[in-house]
Parts: sequence; structure tokens; C-alpha cells
Amino acid sequence: MNTPVMKAENLGITFGGLHAVSGFDMELFEGDLVGLIGPNGAGKTTIFNLLTGVYQPTEGNVYLGGKSMLGKRPHQMVEEGIARTFQNIRLFKDLTVLENVKVAFNQSMSYSVLEGILRLPRYWKEEEEIDRIARDILSVFHMEGEVEQKAKNLPYGRQRKLEIARAIATGAKILLLDEPAAGMNPTETAELMEAISLIRTRFGVSILLIEHDMSLVMSICERIIVIDYGQIIAAGTPYQVANDPRVIGAYLGQDSE
Amino acid sequence: MKTKQQVMKSWIINLAAIVLLYALLLFAMETGLISRYLRGILMTIFINIILAASLNLTTGFLGQIALGHAGFMSIGAYTAALFVKYIESTGVVLLDGGSPTLQGQLFFLLSLLAGGLLAAVFGLLVGIPALRLKGDYLAIITLGFGEIIRSFIENLSFTGGAQGLKKIPRLSTLNVVYLVMILCVVVMFTLVRSRHGRAITAIREDDIAAEASGIHNTYYKVMAFTAAAFFAGVAGGIYAQYLGVLGAANFNFNKSIDILVMVVLGGMGSLTGSIAAAVGLTALPEALRFIPNFSDYRMLIYSIVLIIVMIFKPSGLLGRYEFSLTRVLEKLAGKGKRAAGEGGGAK
Repeated sequence: MNTPVMKAENLGITFGGLHAVSGFDMELFEGDLVGLIGPNGAGKTTIFNLLTGVYQPTEGNVYLGGKSMLGKRPHQMVEEGIARTFQNIRLFKDLTVLENVKVAFNQSMSYSVLEGILRLPRYWKEEEEIDRIARDILSVFHMEGEVEQKAKNLPYGRQRKLEIARAIATGAKILLLDEPAAGMNPTETAELMEAISLIRTRFGVSILLIEHDMSLVMSICERIIVIDYGQIIAAGTPYQVANDPRVIGAYLGQDSE
Repeated sequence: MKTKQQVMKSWIINLAAIVLLYALLLFAMETGLISRYLRGILMTIFINIILAASLNLTTGFLGQIALGHAGFMSIGAYTAALFVKYIESTGVVLLDGGSPTLQGQLFFLLSLLAGGLLAAVFGLLVGIPALRLKGDYLAIITLGFGEIIRSFIENLSFTGGAQGLKKIPRLSTLNVVYLVMILCVVVMFTLVRSRHGRAITAIREDDIAAEASGIHNTYYKVMAFTAAAFFAGVAGGIYAQYLGVLGAANFNFNKSIDILVMVVLGGMGSLTGSIAAAVGLTALPEALRFIPNFSDYRMLIYSIVLIIVMIFKPSGLLGRYEFSLTRVLEKLAGKGKRAAGEGGGAK
């Protein structure tokens, strides 16, 4: 089998005496769409923070394409091809939709401060190029008509989409989506599911997503990892995990017997 | 994005406006329309424009309150002053009958560059540790830095100590300072509208999201801070060679606050707002002098203006909006055309 694009090995972090996450193993292959679920406080977002360099693991390691990511800062993780969205949307609210996406191109651009100030040819070349690509990405999300709007004025569902568009614009090959459907109505969720499967084929990204909306998780994820108290309690196809007694126990409470 | 042609067009329009103002300034200087008093006000306005616009880089675009801008200004002022004093001591003729010679002009520009660069070095040194903090904490750190610089200047011998530095060649001439000011503002504009400026603004909007989008936060924070320090240093250099004397007391905490007030009043994140506020807040107290029996109250009016603006427009006069001459002209042209069209229809 080919090497995984992302691999977490025995990943764990301790805050003081608390083992927030421990022994987290996973492999993500090219084109995968994996769901990460678990009850509130299980450590899902902590895992995201470990995978994106926000927290440094106290044990284990993350590998991207076989390369160790030990000690990498979040912005360096983006350069390595991993981007994320946030549970509570984090957009550049006062910037336009287009600018929000353009920010993400920064690390792939190379003109210097001086070239920018003097507006030398490389400035124009790169700026024109990212303008075109940014509009392309936005049109995939059917947002080409809103490029000049301020991000904060977008309806909720579109803000979520813009955040995903921005993550894609970083050129990432792995997307981590933290509860992309949170707070969405059923129509918006359906639209989002469509968008997620579209970007998977269109941009060839592998996706790991945290979600509480089980209908979404069960219908689009090929594999699901369930965690509770910072540890994997089940992993497998949606059907397998849905019928796993430990998963049912974690969500509904164990039998007292 | 604006196309190259659109940008060119607005640059040409702005250039025309700049040249026009310059011609007016030269004309006024030649014909003696500008008195010593008026010259002082204009000079202060130009200096304040550079100061306010540069502080806006940190406060408006990066979104970090900095209270030590006068500190960077003083570094630039003393560096430039000591530089030209040294050049003069080597026997180079800088001044001829009160106005700078050609060498004088050249060394004036060099001194500003030196002042700006040294201020930038300090900006870098202070910025790297200080920018780990945000908001109130950063404000206190920068305030502390400003005061430390001031005490150093007051107690070092080569800065003239508490007595200050005297007999600095007065090389600041209105027309050159005007051009330097324009150059500074243009550079700041283009910086803000490059990918670097975009990264800086993204950090203001949401630093965590910026980092998650691949922005190296520390790098761009320090960049904005250093650039602001550079321009503050340039402004300080002009100031030193305009006054001819320097005292550390000129660069106290109040000076930093004065600059910050201009930034906030003009709009944090609007360079044109800073320019407007720098002009307005410098000219207003002077203009009020001319109202008979009123000069005692003029600082009161200044405060009232600030309060009124903050109540009715808390984001500042322009907010984050940039005034554009091109847009105004296009609107006027559009109106003219429509009026002409309607006129034609009536006939």
C-alpha cells in the first residue's frame, strides 16, 4: 500500500496531570474522508490542535508524507500542506471575501517587501495570478458573486464555506474541518455535504472532519474514528462503529451491570 | 483586484494632485506668502502626517496599541541631529545664509535615512520580545520603552543630557520636507496594499486564523512595528532639523498620546484618515487663536471635537475607508455626464 499522507503515531498530550489525548494512532491516505467523532470533551479539537501544530505533543509524533512534524509551528504546518477550519468560525471579518482567500496564498508568493513597494513586475504577476485562482476557488463554492462583500456580512452557512475555501487556498493536501456543519440548518448542511465531496474530487484533498451531525458523518465518511476520554474506542466503517457496543456506551451510557 | 490600468490611472491622478500642491507650495514660498508662523504650522503638519500614518501601521493595520512612538521619533531626531552636527564639524558647508546648500540638502536626506534606520533597529529589538504580548500589555511595554529612551537621552552626555542638543543645522525646508512626507506616505500605502500588508491586516482581524492560513505572525508583527519605527525616526529627523534644538522632554509620553489621538480620530486602518486628522488636529488649535477673546478656550474646543467624534463616529473620521481622489473625480465626472445627458434630453 502507498504511504499515508498523514500519520499520527501514539500521539498524546498531557496538561498538568490530565491526559487529554493519549495513544492516538491514525493513518490518512490520499483522497480519504475520515470522520472523527466522540462525546463532548472527548478530545477531538485537542487532536486537531496537535495535528496542526497549535499544541506540541508530549508523546508520539505526526508525520506528513513520512516526514516528522516535531516542533513545527502552525504556519509551518500549513507550508507542509495541512490546513484547518475552526469550530467557531474564524474569518478575517472586516476583509472582503476575496481578500480572505488571498491571505492564504501568502506563503506561496515570493515577491519581497521592496518589490511590493515599488510594484515591480513580480508583484503584478503574482497578484494577478492569485486573484484569478482565488476567484476560481470561490466559484467552486458558488461565491463568485460575493467576492467584494465583507466576510462578516455573509450568512452563516457561507461563512463556513468561505473558511473552507480559505483553507484550500493555502494549497493544503489535507483538510481538517472542525464541525463544519455546526449551527447549520438542514438545507445548508446538505449544501455543505455536496461542497465537501466536490472539493475532494476537484482539489484532490484528504479530509479529516469532526462532526456531531451523525447523518452527515454516516453518509459521507468512509471511515470513522470514535474517541472518548482522549482515547480511540472504535474505528472502522460507519456501519461497524454504529454497531459497536463501546460507541453506543460512550454516547448513551454504559449498562450498570 | 484593480487592474494595472486602473491603478496607473489613479496614480497619475494622485501624482497630478501632488505636483499641483507642490507648485502651490513653491509659489507661496517664493512670493513670501508663507510667514515664519505659517511655515512652522505647515512643517508641524507634515511631520505629524508621517508620525500619524506610521503609527497607523501598528495601531490600525496590525491592530496593536503602541504608546512609545515618541521614543522612536526621538531616536531618529537625535541620530539625525548628531549626524548633521558631525558633518558640519568636518567643515562641510551645509547652510548658506540660512538656507541649505546642495550638500546641505543631500546630508539632510542622508540624516533622515540614518535616523529612520536606527529607529528601525530599535523597533526590531523592542518588537521581537514585546510583540509576544498583545493589547493592554503591549501598550504598557511600549510606554515603558518610550520612557526608558527618554531617560537615557536625558542622562547620556553625547545627547546633551538634560540641557538638550543645541545648534543643530536647520536643514528642514518646507518643499523638501513635503516631498519626503509624500514619499513616506506612498511607501506606506504600497506596503499596506501588498501581500505583506494583507498578512498584517489578517493578523489584526484574527491572529489564530492568520497563523492557520500560513502567516508567520511574529515575522509580520515585527515587520509592521519596525516599519512604523522607521518612519517615526524619519519624522524625528525632520523635527530636529526644523527646531534646531532638541530636549528629551519633547518626546515624553504626551507626544506619543498626541500621535495616537490623530490615528484614532482619523480612523484606525485608514492612512488617508491619519493624514486628515494630522492636518486637522495640528491646524485647529492654531486657527482658533484668531478668534478674538477666545484663545484661552481653544484647547477646550480641541477636546470637545475629540469627544464629539468619539461619540458619533467611534471608528474615527474615515474608519477603515480610504479616501480616493480618483473615485471622487469619477463620481463628479459621472454626475457631470448624467447632468449633461439630462440637459440634452430636455432640449
